[in-house]
Amino acid sequence: MSTVVLLTITGLGLAALYFLVASGLSLIFGLMGVLNFAHGAFLTIGSYGTWWAAQNLPGAGATGWGFIYAVAFGVAVGTFVAALIELALIRPLYERHIEQVLVTVGLSLALVALVRAIWGADPRPFPRPEIARGTTSILGANVPNDRFLLIATAVVVLVAVLAFLRFTRFGLVIRAGVENRSMVTALGIDVRKAFTLVFAIGGAFAALAGALGGVYLGSISPGQGTSLLIFAFIVVVIGGMSSITGTAMAAVLVGLVQQFANYYLASGVGDLSVVLLLAMVLLVRPGGLTARVA
Amino acid sequence: MIEGSPPPLLRMADVHVRLSGSHILQGVDLTVRRGGVTALLGRNGAGKTTTVKSVLGLVPSTGTIEFTGGDGRAHTLSGRRTHDVVRLGIGYAPEDREVFGGLTVAENLTLAERRDSAHHHDRVYELFPELKARSRQLAGTLSGGQQQMVAIARLLLNDNQLLLVDEPTKGLAPLLVAEVADVLARAAEEVTILLVEQNLTVVRRMATDAVVVDQGQVAWTGSAPELLADPDRTRELLGVAPSGGAHA
Repeated sequence: MSTVVLLTITGLGLAALYFLVASGLSLIFGLMGVLNFAHGAFLTIGSYGTWWAAQNLPGAGATGWGFIYAVAFGVAVGTFVAALIELALIRPLYERHIEQVLVTVGLSLALVALVRAIWGADPRPFPRPEIARGTTSILGANVPNDRFLLIATAVVVLVAVLAFLRFTRFGLVIRAGVENRSMVTALGIDVRKAFTLVFAIGGAFAALAGALGGVYLGSISPGQGTSLLIFAFIVVVIGGMSSITGTAMAAVLVGLVQQFANYYLASGVGDLSVVLLLAMVLLVRPGGLTARVA
Repeated sequence: MIEGSPPPLLRMADVHVRLSGSHILQGVDLTVRRGGVTALLGRNGAGKTTTVKSVLGLVPSTGTIEFTGGDGRAHTLSGRRTHDVVRLGIGYAPEDREVFGGLTVAENLTLAERRDSAHHHDRVYELFPELKARSRQLAGTLSGGQQQMVAIARLLLNDNQLLLVDEPTKGLAPLLVAEVADVLARAAEEVTILLVEQNLTVVRRMATDAVVVDQGQVAWTGSAPELLADPDRTRELLGVAPSGGAHA
């Protein structure tokens, strides 16, 4: 029983990480039709930004409010870089999807190479605040607290995104834009502002995932974002490409399947199971979990 | 143009549109005068919808498209982004309604509120009381006629100078056709309309001017009643008899 509890909560923690990365991807693809392969680089920027700030930024540190300050810095850098990339490189290429893919793939390689050139390829130990160091006993299982931190953050982000989409004008524009971008512009709305905002929000969530991923894994390395991005893409596809709730559901499914398969079958089978899950979902529901069935 | 007469509200000169290797508009020249309803007519595939979309910048075009609003200033629309064109006071109801099915009726109308305009919710709910009753219903669950009401309500919500209305009665039951025509006729008392319409009964009721497009070019332009009073010319240009209410 305790093993199941531990695997479930660890799987949900992993799901939270996937959700944070995938939610931004999903919003960006849904509204802009852009497959953002540079999204993993935002995660790397967030993790290294937090790590750097914890060591160098006055007031920031590895524990307490100092750590929150460091995370805020990492997220701010990720948000800024994402917005800048959207304005400078994605905006001139609207509706040119192949060029956008090439640009984002190039960026993912270049940004990771830049981080590697500055801080080296070796993993760096990541600060772990006190709250994430201990364990909590649940039904006989000693669950590391960092899982709860991840899950709580993802839940807060999910609720905040849903509220933003539901109750703000920008949210209304984004929901409408996901359905029919050209009609939104035909109502006199400059949808490009929403594009930049969505890209920045996606960058912020990915950077947050980078910081929390550092806490979860205990270390960071330049290629971490790229490997997480693959699972985030799978989550987005299973969730239905442009649905936040679908993305959350898919993240939970992928996280749990991966953890349980790794434990009960063999180490490493979890990754394969996720790919099989993707194939199964696409066979049964080609549009993903939240696709409307005619 | 007669010296001293006001400039047309909309002027298109030598407008070309090429899409996916096809030359859809091949030098369209037309004007829409201020006031009244100009019907844009033609057979299927003649280029009517593309003409409307080129005004809005929804398709790339070459040539001159000029809009002279109430301020008397001529605005070049060619090369402008769609949202900038619309903000000049040009409303658009597309051929397939294109309401946002995942949003409620009220959200569809809120989304259509333009910052540069007053918002006439009372007017649209007076014209379409059914929409008020269904304001919390998802637009995707409405009937075709109700969705058309939402599309027209979006037009009338703001203060516009020109409405581009593309086949508003397409696929509607006869009673709804009459209702939509009533509403547009009332709107036409206050705002100029460029109406793409194949139902000649509606055209006869509303249109003051007519422009006939054929194979991407303007084949005829003049008074709508004059065109419809000439059965031979109507048959030649549109392929239907003017007495018919059926779609051309």
